[in-house]
Amino acid sequence: MPLLSVRDLVVKFAMRDETVTALKSISFDVARGDRLGIVGESGAGKSVTGFALLNLISRPGFIDSGEILFDGMNMADMSDAELREVRGNKMAMIFQDPMVTLNPVLTIGQQMVETLQAHRKLSRKEAEQIAVLKLREVYIPAPEERLAQYPHELSGGMRQRIIIAIALLLDPQLIIADEPTTALDVTIQADIMELLLELCTTKKVSLILITHDLGVVSQMTENTLVMYAGRIIEAGRTREIINDPQHPYTQGLINALPQQTLPGERLKQIPGNMPSLSAAPKGCAFNARCEFAQDRCRMEVPNFEQIGPVKVACHEVRRLHHETHKQEDLA
Amino acid sequence: MFAYLMKRLFQAIAVMFAISLISFAIQDNLGDPLRELVGQSVSEEVRQELRDELGLNDSFFKQYTRFAGKVLQGDLGTSYFFKEPALDVILKKLPATLELVLGATIIIIGVSVPLGVYTAIKPNSLFSKIVMGISIIGISIPVFLTAILMIFIFSVELRWLPSFGRGDVVHVFGPWSTNFATVDGWLHILLPSVALASIMLPLFIRLIRAEMMETLQSEYVRFAWAKGIRPKRIWFVHALKNTLLPVITVGGVQIGTMVAYTILTETVFQWPGMGFMFLEAVNRVDTPLIVAYLIVVGFIFVVTNTIVDLIYGLVNPTVNLSRMDA
Repeated sequence: MPLLSVRDLVVKFAMRDETVTALKSISFDVARGDRLGIVGESGAGKSVTGFALLNLISRPGFIDSGEILFDGMNMADMSDAELREVRGNKMAMIFQDPMVTLNPVLTIGQQMVETLQAHRKLSRKEAEQIAVLKLREVYIPAPEERLAQYPHELSGGMRQRIIIAIALLLDPQLIIADEPTTALDVTIQADIMELLLELCTTKKVSLILITHDLGVVSQMTENTLVMYAGRIIEAGRTREIINDPQHPYTQGLINALPQQTLPGERLKQIPGNMPSLSAAPKGCAFNARCEFAQDRCRMEVPNFEQIGPVKVACHEVRRLHHETHKQEDLA
Repeated sequence: MFAYLMKRLFQAIAVMFAISLISFAIQDNLGDPLRELVGQSVSEEVRQELRDELGLNDSFFKQYTRFAGKVLQGDLGTSYFFKEPALDVILKKLPATLELVLGATIIIIGVSVPLGVYTAIKPNSLFSKIVMGISIIGISIPVFLTAILMIFIFSVELRWLPSFGRGDVVHVFGPWSTNFATVDGWLHILLPSVALASIMLPLFIRLIRAEMMETLQSEYVRFAWAKGIRPKRIWFVHALKNTLLPVITVGGVQIGTMVAYTILTETVFQWPGMGFMFLEAVNRVDTPLIVAYLIVVGFIFVVTNTIVDLIYGLVNPTVNLSRMDA
């Protein structure tokens, strides 16, 4: 049995005039110790997926239907007290911007101790000892002194390390990292990712890494989901998806990577923008930006089906798959 | 810290200078003090003599410098009516007013924090809607109406509470006698405090609610939920502490303002404080007392603001007073 199994998850947002669907029935699994990347542009529903897993979608969003089976329990039906047991304890989350994630008026020590005390009967002294241990694991220098410091006294990279340490405090089974480095300096991004990878592999913690950076996904994860306008459009082993993307959108994302472009040349960006939730086109949501789109793509939503080693939602994929492989054969 | 205090002190002096200038300048327009002093039977020549004697014919600048020089020595002039130093008259009335403001402040804090927090956490509950509705009405009703209504209900109809005066006060020291030492004193201060609090209370509830709602949307509160922290701790430690920072700044100013608002409340309840005294002074065109009152109230205002800023610095860890330079 996988550690996490999401089935037909639908998340909606009740706006003033209409209810928009942010996640349109998504399903995926995460095995124990597995690392899964969720990629897509802004607005694809990646972060909503992450927050939905902890049942922490803020108003006016809500889980409309579907199952989130975590360690055999359905998170979507849990009481508030049961959810609290899971949050921070078995399933922890790392947020996007470390500058705003820590409470500015509480010390690092208070914010770590309270997390431990929320889940275990520990004295402040005992909790502080564990906190120091965890700070050391994320390579925070002089961890004992950090406990008395406030977040504003620390740099962004340092704060994200502390947030990772908080996520690790109770040895969770799953960590959800929502773009953990987008708010950080480029030089620090690699350090944080390396640290996260190291901790997840040595402690055998499962990781869901939400990012828009396919390069990061290829280094960090074993499996990948590509999301577009609230749906999963391609899923499979990360290696397969990076080396042989099937969906035209995934191909576009990979072609848009700077590594794919010669110096001085324009980046090969995907034309157009992701449609807003309330204005998604009929049929495949990608049709307006897709160079292969046919009439059928503008009418019917494509099924999510197995094509070779990966699962893809695209009407044209069989034909495209066939053609590219024919070209390869010829070459 | 020292540099910060010096800067505050300099600002306070500048504000006091402006207040003294303005309050001194308006006294020329408050009617002829001689009319009050000598009545109608005195001839115009004698009046002119008296004017010269009192220095009323000197230039504005000369009059002001004389006035400012005396003020710096603690002499705010002599009340025409009481025939004693205006400052002494005010200081005798000050404790009554400060106790009234203290009572109102306790009520405001005690009521607005729980109600503001509750209406922010459960904005859609019936109780929250009732509180918000009443607070709108509360903002719109003037204090003299609230006060008279309360006197009618609690003093006239129900006969539970006294309607005027301070009742049994216990002398503490100097001009200060307190309401808070006897049951009778407590009963007497209750209605005026509630009436005075009623002006600011709706504003505070709304302010705390708005700040709290914003804080509850913040990332660090969301992160606290993701850590599995208990709701009570999230509301009262994570959110409330951050909510109160801006509230302290605005609230401090409002409590300073309340000293001035006591005029109406004290008049309705015949409360022997300096607000009541001020209104009487206006009726008697007791110019020195009016000017002295304005200066004392301005001074109280400046002092409360400075204290509030210092408290803010102590509560907010991101403000480091010891490193704050001019």
